[in-house]
Amino acid sequence: MTVAYLDEFQRVVGNGAGPAWLRNVRHDAIERFSTLGFPTQKNEDWHFTSVAPIADATFRSLAAESARHRTPDVTPHLFGHTEWPRLVFLNGRLSPELSRLTGLSRGMRVLPLTAAWQEMPELVQSYLAQIASFDDRSFAALNTALMADGAVVHIARDAAPEMPIHLLFLSDSHATDGVAQMRNLVVAERGSKATVVESYASIGAPRYFNNVVTEMRVEDGATVNHLRVQRESPAAFHVSTTEVSQGRDSHFLSFSFATGAALSRTNIYTTLDGAGCGATLNGLYMVDGQQHVDHQTRIEHAKPSCFSRELYKGILDGESHGVFNGKVYVQPEAQKTDGKQTNANLLLSNRARIDTKPQLEIFADDVKCTHGATVGRPDETALFYMKSRGISRELARRLITYAFAADVLETIELVPVREQLEAFTLARFAPAAA
Amino acid sequence: MPLLQITNLHATADGKEILKGIDLTVNVGEVHAIMGPNGSGKSTLAQVLAGHPAYEVTEGSVTYEGKDLLEMQPEERAQAGLFLAFQYPVEIPGVSNSYFLRSAYNEIRKSRGLPEVDPMEFLDLMEQRLKLVDMDPEMLGRSVNTGFSGGEKKRNEILQMAVLEPRLAILDETDSGLDIDALRIVAEGVNHLRRPDNATIVVTHYQRLLNHIIPDYVHVLSAGRFVRSGGKELALELEERGYDWLEKPREAVA
Repeated sequence: MTVAYLDEFQRVVGNGAGPAWLRNVRHDAIERFSTLGFPTQKNEDWHFTSVAPIADATFRSLAAESARHRTPDVTPHLFGHTEWPRLVFLNGRLSPELSRLTGLSRGMRVLPLTAAWQEMPELVQSYLAQIASFDDRSFAALNTALMADGAVVHIARDAAPEMPIHLLFLSDSHATDGVAQMRNLVVAERGSKATVVESYASIGAPRYFNNVVTEMRVEDGATVNHLRVQRESPAAFHVSTTEVSQGRDSHFLSFSFATGAALSRTNIYTTLDGAGCGATLNGLYMVDGQQHVDHQTRIEHAKPSCFSRELYKGILDGESHGVFNGKVYVQPEAQKTDGKQTNANLLLSNRARIDTKPQLEIFADDVKCTHGATVGRPDETALFYMKSRGISRELARRLITYAFAADVLETIELVPVREQLEAFTLARFAPAAA
Repeated sequence: MPLLQITNLHATADGKEILKGIDLTVNVGEVHAIMGPNGSGKSTLAQVLAGHPAYEVTEGSVTYEGKDLLEMQPEERAQAGLFLAFQYPVEIPGVSNSYFLRSAYNEIRKSRGLPEVDPMEFLDLMEQRLKLVDMDPEMLGRSVNTGFSGGEKKRNEILQMAVLEPRLAILDETDSGLDIDALRIVAEGVNHLRRPDNATIVVTHYQRLLNHIIPDYVHVLSAGRFVRSGGKELALELEERGYDWLEKPREAVA
């Protein structure tokens, strides 16, 4: 209910809620949110996704206590690398006990949001709420007004930290019926190179709502590899926006892996705002039962000679519903743009559904852009080939399904994450042979 | 009892009749070559025997080890020891060759009531078999046929055959697209796998392969029927004279 959030806003602002400039931003944002309300399916960007289960419910704001003095085992969520520096947020709040920043490479600074606006005020003020627009986006506006916790990651000029930084957002039964507004900021200075893992997981199957915004600035010549792993509770709601601004010759690589939540919406937006830069946006969603999974990506080619590559794959079983909307805009100035976008879906059940909408809008005349979407069932030729080797129909179907997924998982550069997600996917589709 | 007995086999694809009455008897220990011009139905026969769903058998019968082969699912045929080396091996991105082969090997063992082998045991077996076809062990880690050259794909088929040790192997134009070195390696692999208790059907357009895999019988297929059968010398005759002189069907001898 919108009104509950407005009440919450009064409490947040009453409690300080950060520096004065941020309070002004929060005011603007709550105003936008109260004007916009939650999006309905009349809104073109939400045509295939109803957020009524979120809009009609009343979630309590998760207090700092929900994370305090509790230390669930996070090891299963660390991709086998406990030594990676990490910030762990439990039920929307930083857990100092579970976090570990020793081993952080020189050149990388990582702070909780609430500490960052005191310790790096200039950096935070320069970028926070400057990249992710909320003018016509309800969830981003809501997050901006109520942002409570999150991470700020700064990579110094020419630094190339060896280890990734892992931001783990974990929810357990104490998150039940709660809402968390998480906000992250990543700034990669000129010529730097870093990997950020942002993962969402649950212990048990509580019902909660995570509303997340992650902003990134990738400066000239920098590379950011962003891995998003969404394995929320099957009863959870997850809405997130990752919005990126890229400088000249920079590269942004993004992978979105989504299998969790009853209802999820993942927005990944990047603006190629300098010549010669590139964006690689890949993803895999796999849902079953009554799950609803929605991805919206937007690649804005604003400057010449940039490239973008996008491959999203979906596997839908049961009565699940998938949505993919990939927008590629090529502005008049963005000559020599090289763009390729593909969305491929595999339907494993007659009742599963996918709405896919690749969208290409080109306002420059010297560009090379292609896009395409496919929806299919397991390939009969491959099925026959496997069966002709003695493999049963069921196992063949599972292996082909796995293969369909593995094709895009292979693009994940960070080996431990790739291997774990491959193992996870294999166990999902081919447990008998694993 | 013959290993394979085909009687008056008719088959259609998309309603069009391609096989128009095939008779063939294959006993253990034998190598049969099936030759013929493009479009004669050679590959269709191979695919029908393997159980490809695109073809419908409209008449006739096929028994394998005395059982009705046409009643069996493709995987059951494979489990019973039938193997088709594909003319166009299928790419399966994302499934490693070793995983694929181990799955097949274990499914076949399971169907025979044998315990499955673990990955380590299987690796030993693979190492021996790889040598047989002169393949780099690195190929095991790669996705099935994905990005393989034409020659690598064909060798991979023979590797699978070497691992699965079929009772009846059907090689569908395994020689096409192979250079002479690759051809020799493939043929040596096939010869190495010949035993008194198994049999091989070699489907080919050219006589070349038959210099390396010596057939006991050669059958010429034309427009869906065998028009001539004979010994290995028939292949040489075809090489000299082409297929044109064999227009009228004669009684097949097998």
